[in-house]
Amino acid sequence: MSLWTWFGLTSGSASTDWPLKGDVHGQQGVLGMPRYDAAKCQDGCDACAQSCVTHAITFSPKLGENARPEVDWGRCIVCQLCTEACPTGAFTQSEDWALGVKQRDDLVWAEALVSDAASDLPERTRRPFRRSLHIRHVDAGSCNGCESELQALNNPFYNLHRLGIFFTASPRSADVLLVTGPVTHAMRAPLLQTYEAMADPKWVIATGTCAVSGGVTGGNYACGNGLDGVLPVDIYLPGCPPNPAAIIHALLLLLGRAEQRMRGGQLER
Amino acid sequence: MNNCTLKTVTRAELNAAAADLLDHGGCMQVAYAWFPRPDAPELRYISTTPGQREFMSWRVDASKEPVASLAAKSPLLGWHEREIMEMSGIAFAGHPEPERLVSAFLPQTARGPLEPGGAVHASAAGSLAAPTLPQMSGKHVQLLPFGPVRADVVESAQFIFYYVGEGILHYHPNLFLKHRGMEKQFEGIDIERGVLLAERVSGVDTVAHALAYAQAVEDASGCIVPPRARWLRVIAAELERTYNHLHYLGHLCHTTTLKVGEAQGKLLEERAKQMNALASGSRLLRNIVWPGGVRRDLDVVAISQGVAPLQRELERYVDLIERTTSHLDRLISTAPLSQQLAFDQGATGPIERASGIDRDLRRDHPYAAYGELQPAVATRSEGDAYARMKVRIAELRASLGLLDDAITRGVPTGPLLEPCSRVPNAEGLGWAESSRGSVLYALHFDDRSRIARAKIKSPSFSNWRVFPFTVHDSNMMDYAINEASFGLTISGCAR
Repeated sequence: MSLWTWFGLTSGSASTDWPLKGDVHGQQGVLGMPRYDAAKCQDGCDACAQSCVTHAITFSPKLGENARPEVDWGRCIVCQLCTEACPTGAFTQSEDWALGVKQRDDLVWAEALVSDAASDLPERTRRPFRRSLHIRHVDAGSCNGCESELQALNNPFYNLHRLGIFFTASPRSADVLLVTGPVTHAMRAPLLQTYEAMADPKWVIATGTCAVSGGVTGGNYACGNGLDGVLPVDIYLPGCPPNPAAIIHALLLLLGRAEQRMRGGQLER
Repeated sequence: MNNCTLKTVTRAELNAAAADLLDHGGCMQVAYAWFPRPDAPELRYISTTPGQREFMSWRVDASKEPVASLAAKSPLLGWHEREIMEMSGIAFAGHPEPERLVSAFLPQTARGPLEPGGAVHASAAGSLAAPTLPQMSGKHVQLLPFGPVRADVVESAQFIFYYVGEGILHYHPNLFLKHRGMEKQFEGIDIERGVLLAERVSGVDTVAHALAYAQAVEDASGCIVPPRARWLRVIAAELERTYNHLHYLGHLCHTTTLKVGEAQGKLLEERAKQMNALASGSRLLRNIVWPGGVRRDLDVVAISQGVAPLQRELERYVDLIERTTSHLDRLISTAPLSQQLAFDQGATGPIERASGIDRDLRRDHPYAAYGELQPAVATRSEGDAYARMKVRIAELRASLGLLDDAITRGVPTGPLLEPCSRVPNAEGLGWAESSRGSVLYALHFDDRSRIARAKIKSPSFSNWRVFPFTVHDSNMMDYAINEASFGLTISGCAR
């Protein structure tokens, strides 16, 4: 229709240049994972753990009475309750969202870092696909929140194609399997079949807190606890849901075109 | 409990009561079972009658012999009764389709997942048959099992088509592969944090589910929500409708291969989501609704700065859509749903309104601040894909107008939250009109005032029940357009 051609031409490009240029990532105002500062904790206080439905914040009984909470952002559903419950500001709201990591342990808060940036370098040069990437997405029981943000990647603002990244229908032509949801018992077999149908080399991204650790329904009569023990995971990306910019960061991280920013449960700033 | 009138009905009276309800223009909304005591299962039938804000809940003792099925009288109850049989183990006599539904893809167990420890009744769950497909013969009839992993970024479901050439003879969707046991997950959670689960039943209906849940808690504990919170709830709910309907228009263009139209719809959706983030901290409007009020204030300046350009862009977009004959040709007369079928099978939201049923919870059963901020309710009579699109366009305009109105009139001052008191063994009902139709939460508290039973009636459960009737005897080419014109979610249906 000439109407639409004219409309498209006069509207111009709506795409952001981020992450190639500038910082218009579109996530202004989005609340991300809280920040945790163990130094501010009060002895004997467990308000944060009491408020957390997915046990992202826990106290280990063997550490004694005045222990500090153990924090696993891989279980966090970003509900912000701990930031409201904490009386001392040890948990505060933040806009931290570039959370994709290669090792699950990097999502667990630690004083000392688990991995260091230098160890990534030899691996990055080994990547057979350094630029273009084809993704097969499988919903293994998500709430549709992750799909909503994945679908957003193809809207004109993010325009994923400009980065050489495409969603593909057939697992045969896919390089990466992007999985959402806690892996319901019924979706486990179709998920494994999809993975098996992919040609080597292939990677897996656990997208969203459900795929990373099971989320709010993990381990009940209908659901598993995410991808661990089901498929080998290359990138863990928690979030409820992860926003489109966080998903782009995780995809580029896989390609060696972005740096991992989350280490030891803390975002490098 | 103010939202619902409770009435005890004996099993002998049940049939007559249902006939009487239908004769007076009433409509069944949901049926479920719960266990006040492990040895005393109880059925609940929740219905509405025209002109009455309160819902009606019938209480039926289900501890002895099977209860007569009402599926022949009110067909929409067919799925609810099947779910009760497999999940709570209560048998129905004379059910037309005594087969598993929600648990069809899980290993069969002797008792349903919602039956308590200590249950003594003979459970129907262990012996319920697996779902069957119709027998088809004839060498030209083809069987296409499509999914559960399908092209594009979509939710998992398997669609089974029996077809000859282009014509679809029979269609059967397998919708429960992503059943997550959400209702069971509510058991034992405290009344406040249950809202976090409700927000995650259907991610794109976050506000509607949270609102229906919170209102059920407030109904049970007699909690009065401050005016400011009620006002902000309307704003959040209309923001949710806005981005969902924009997505709907873009996706509908995708199915008719109108590429620029798709791009524009999804670009406007993105702008709406970015506005949500600026206003609330969440693109999907999470972490706003809380039992007793709202958790955070909304940035109304960000909303009014977002709504004004959206209104302008929408008019330009809709004008183009309505002048594109190639798009309209694929929608007009495609997959019509008659008013009778829509009513009998329980269609809800824009689907029923596009088939001429004038019903909207916001107007007919006002909640939050909808008594003061009244929505214009759009209906059409054709019932086809075009009518479904037109209703959503009208709702989109109304939502943006309502947002404008809510902000111009000014958000009332006062507290954001009035914490709910703990009332052991209370029960409550809450509802909300989501962008897809009616969401209902029926809650029962235990003796420590935690959730003992949560029943979720989601709009997609209702509309997926209706949808196959519009697919039979249609053709393959129109299928994707028809499905997009319904605007369904699978997570909401499968829970």
